[in-house]
Amino acid sequence: MLIEKAYEYTSISKSPRETTRLGRALGSLLQAGDVVCLIGDLGSGKTCLAQGIAQGLEIDPSQGVTSPTFTLIHEFLGRLPLYHFDLYRLGGPEELWDLGPEEYFYGQGVTVIEWAEKARGIVPGERLDIELKRLGEKEREIKLVPHGPRFQALLGEILENPLIRRHKKV
Amino acid sequence: MSEFILGIETSCDETAAAVLEKGCIIRSNVVASQVTLHAPYGGIVPELASRRHLENVLPVVIQALRQAEVQLPDLGAISVTAGPGLVGSLLVGTSMAKSLAYALGIPLVAVNHLEGHIRAIFLEHPELTYPYVALVVSGGHTHLYYVPEEYIYRLLGRTRDDAAGEAFDKVAKLLGLGYPGGPAIERAGAGGNPKAIAFPRSYSGNGSLDFSFSGLKTAVLYYLEGLGYKIQRSGETKFLPPELVADIAASFQQAIVEVLTRNVIKAAKAKKARLVILAGGVACNQLLRQHLRKGAEEEGLEVLFPSPSLCTDNAAMVAAAGYRRLLRGERAGLDLNASANLPLC
Repeated sequence: MLIEKAYEYTSISKSPRETTRLGRALGSLLQAGDVVCLIGDLGSGKTCLAQGIAQGLEIDPSQGVTSPTFTLIHEFLGRLPLYHFDLYRLGGPEELWDLGPEEYFYGQGVTVIEWAEKARGIVPGERLDIELKRLGEKEREIKLVPHGPRFQALLGEILENPLIRRHKKV
Repeated sequence: MSEFILGIETSCDETAAAVLEKGCIIRSNVVASQVTLHAPYGGIVPELASRRHLENVLPVVIQALRQAEVQLPDLGAISVTAGPGLVGSLLVGTSMAKSLAYALGIPLVAVNHLEGHIRAIFLEHPELTYPYVALVVSGGHTHLYYVPEEYIYRLLGRTRDDAAGEAFDKVAKLLGLGYPGGPAIERAGAGGNPKAIAFPRSYSGNGSLDFSFSGLKTAVLYYLEGLGYKIQRSGETKFLPPELVADIAASFQQAIVEVLTRNVIKAAKAKKARLVILAGGVACNQLLRQHLRKGAEEEGLEVLFPSPSLCTDNAAMVAAAGYRRLLRGERAGLDLNASANLPLC
């Protein structure tokens, strides 16, 4: 019996447009209760990817998916609700508690968290981590690391998605 | 209705209360800032923010009444910010306002924070005429509105990624200048050369009046890296020479100001509005004021901005906006809820 297991998937994005497209492919596959953590430095494309995910969730562009740095959480309604977190300003995980994050994580929508490394120990064990790295002016390495069976399966679906076929598996 | 209205504002990092007489005379305008509290974190920490609002709100309201020499029973109405903002923070203000309105048996009115910013100008220029174009520019907002008549707000453009104030904050952090970023960049850039570095001016195509400041922030980052500096994981850069910081700050500020000015003027011309209003915390920026005034004068437009204390978050603007809506018969129920994304339209 041959079982191919995908543990990680790394793709190279050549432009913000490509990053958004990867996000859109991912967003179209997400379900209620899914949590996606975006990890990467300033300017690595986190908001760009989140905008793609919003497109994949069929969120009307007029709702304006912008950086939630200042207000910390933005909520949008598409095919599913999107809870867009940005923890840039947070000092550490303990400061997230009073926002009642579990109501979002285990709610009826999809949660996307920028600067998720600041929420270690609070984000659910079952989640999709996406690590973004700047390679050049426009080039980004985007690594998808699934945690738990739901996201292992999701990764398989992503790899079959024609929208991201052009992204090379490394 | 008695002539005194109490405004309460807690949408982000300031706990504020103000008393207006006849809707336009500022009897008091008290702001308890959380800036010192947040400075070590380089921004607003929401959990700290709501807890501190809770501690501040009662003393701030009492101080506003005392400074205005007004007693609770003298109040005729209460106006409160219902959004947009941090929900936890907004709820402190709306709960306070609802309790007071209920206890005193007086009308309550809900105000959109962005309308409050725009309305601030009427405290100093009550005779303004329509139509006008208004730019609200702050840490959380970069919104360009066309206002054909009172209570009608048409969104012409907004940021597609980072707010202008957020770009100031993030670049200030990159340069190790601290929080809040706006004043820090302005100070640091004062001695710098605004033409030293040609940072990108990002304009949206297709006649769009949207803004984008994310690329500008990244351009500063690349510039620093190109010089061989290592950006820390926290987003700070160490050991930068002050002359370099001054040139980067000045050049960055120049880029952001040019983009804001260009879109505002373009909007005013497209809408044939003779008046431009600049509002929000970033409206304190002197370069933006000068640049916009110059650009407007060249086009024969009038440009107005509130005094700095009425640009940053305050409750006088909330009371002013609420007063006008009360006159129109608007009331909020005691079931008023805070809304993080409350649109202005």
